[in-house]
Amino acid sequence: MAETLLKPGHTACAGCGQAIAARLVIDAAGKNTIIANNTGCLEVFSTKYPESSWCVPWIHSLFENCSAVASGIESGLKYLGKKDAINVIAQAGDGGTADIGLQALSGMLERGHDVLFVCYDNEAYMNTGIQRSGLTPTTSNTTTTPPGSASTGNPRPKKPMPDIAAAHGIPYVATASAGYPQDIQKKVKKALSIKGPKYMQIHVPCPLGWRHESNMTLEVAKLAVETGLYPIFEYENGKLIPRKIALIKPVEEYLKAQGRFKHLLKDPQAIKEVQAIADFNIAKYGLKA
Amino acid sequence: MKEFIEGSHAVAQIVKRCRPGVVSAYPITPQTHIVEDLAQMVSNKELDAQFVNVESEHSAASVVLGAEATGVRSYTATSSQGLLLMTEVVFNIAGMRLPVVMTTANRAISAPINIWNDQQDVMAVRDSGWVLLFAESVQEAVDLHLQAYKLGEDPDVMLPVMVNMDGFILTHGMEVVDMPTQEQVDAYLPPYKTTYKLDVDDPKTMGYLADPDYYLEIRSLVQETHRELLEKIPQMASEFQKTFGRECGGLIQTYRMEDADQAFIAAGSVCGTIRQAIDELREKGKKVGLVKIACYRPFPKAALVAALKNVKEAAVVDKSISLGGFGPFYTDATSSLSSLGAGMPKVSGFVLGLGGRDITVKSIHDVYEKLSGRQVDCEFIGLKQELLAETE
Repeated sequence: MAETLLKPGHTACAGCGQAIAARLVIDAAGKNTIIANNTGCLEVFSTKYPESSWCVPWIHSLFENCSAVASGIESGLKYLGKKDAINVIAQAGDGGTADIGLQALSGMLERGHDVLFVCYDNEAYMNTGIQRSGLTPTTSNTTTTPPGSASTGNPRPKKPMPDIAAAHGIPYVATASAGYPQDIQKKVKKALSIKGPKYMQIHVPCPLGWRHESNMTLEVAKLAVETGLYPIFEYENGKLIPRKIALIKPVEEYLKAQGRFKHLLKDPQAIKEVQAIADFNIAKYGLKA
Repeated sequence: MKEFIEGSHAVAQIVKRCRPGVVSAYPITPQTHIVEDLAQMVSNKELDAQFVNVESEHSAASVVLGAEATGVRSYTATSSQGLLLMTEVVFNIAGMRLPVVMTTANRAISAPINIWNDQQDVMAVRDSGWVLLFAESVQEAVDLHLQAYKLGEDPDVMLPVMVNMDGFILTHGMEVVDMPTQEQVDAYLPPYKTTYKLDVDDPKTMGYLADPDYYLEIRSLVQETHRELLEKIPQMASEFQKTFGRECGGLIQTYRMEDADQAFIAAGSVCGTIRQAIDELREKGKKVGLVKIACYRPFPKAALVAALKNVKEAAVVDKSISLGGFGPFYTDATSSLSSLGAGMPKVSGFVLGLGGRDITVKSIHDVYEKLSGRQVDCEFIGLKQELLAETE
């Protein structure tokens, strides 16, 4: 294995999609990179004092402020005349991006800082025990959206974060998936070649929260893409570039692979509703090959 | 060079001369003039800095945290609700040992919303680990900013420093100020150099998770640095006096305390009013003086005890209150003075001036009248009984 900038030996769970994606991101970015990291799984499993897995300068401040901290780093580098030689990445989980961190993220995008923001989307607050976030998908069973006689799980759809980011008029937005490592690295390199604010959102399965076997992480990630439930696309200067799906699979294949959707399998109506979300994505982002 | 200048403009002038590389702020009255001036200086290329207009005080504090962690001298200013919104970051900056300097234009806290002066805002971050300095005048506000950077950036300190100046009374007050020249500032305050920074050639991890095996020690080190500051801060004040020829800073300052058997304890601009009341009382033969708290954190326990050990009665003037408890200065003063045992003076606590209610020389005389009466913990001065009666 080539030299990596996120060393093994950290305390992530077996099969953690975020650990895989975070390593791919920093290795694509290279050593001339400074990272500002929100509070969350990635921060906790990689920097427990006195150990750190990071071989690049890395800072964690709070749950919601990595975008503002990264803005300060970028401004400091500009003042020092070093910005052109150094990449700045702000990274967070889905809660730190779409919920508590959204204001600071919006401010950073609007101000035009030369920073790549990476959201590792495992679709709930996994670090605190699988609570619902704004990026939890419809019907998902989390500890704060448990299915019951009056509920089929999370009642609301995912917040459209890539479109919200794109609405700031930034030059580059991309989604990616832990199931497609080369695509992640290609997009990180492309993003860092562009000046200004960039937003990437990477779908990262969480075996613990999604309740699948730890050796199934990449399979589950691929199924989310192949069903259309996790659309993969880029906005380059606002222009949509979809990653086409060669053979679109029914959503049931993705749902049945995970315990968090187990309650749907006896509920054909609910499955239909999830299929409608996939169909909507396929049409909206032009995913059909 | 002496000039007649508004407090906010004077602070902007001295901050410019301190050469921060990153300035970030969010507008809030009465802090706003300071950062407006700095923005204009950046726009005119009079100040080589990045000025970052943020979407909230939470982000203002986070931007200066990030810049300072990159090894760049940084500055922000806020007030009231702004400081409260920053609170989480304020604690974080101190815990991460980043020597940010911030001006707090002290102002009341909502509700009710009130933009006028008191000192309740800073008390909300009293326990954060920041060094908390209080200015009595615009001149002191100017001089304390210089000291703040020098103190915080000392490699043996590495803590953030807040300069508190009373909103409107000082920020919008006009005063003749002896403004240090750029040459003087450059000679006093060298460029900020540190190896504790985010550097691609020497990658460090900052902001670790510390479990119960480590957290206690890391927090105790901040407390230890504060203890060391009790020696450094008076040294800094005497060095400052040698360089600039005027007294400023230190832990406490005293006024007419030589033979005093009664004393006021206070901080900030109200000390000027108290000085006048003392002069009037002295003319009537009252042996009364003032102990001014110039530095509130670290708390100058030994200095306060030494200054008050021969006093029989002391009145603490608080422009803030820990609701349900006492004035914060009162609590610290009584706990410190209790070390005198049987020799402890009778200490009474008074709360004045919340939400910008004027504190006049008469208000101070009202406090003095009560000083020889029964001991009180937390008595409001100047309450309008007719307004209170309406609520009954």
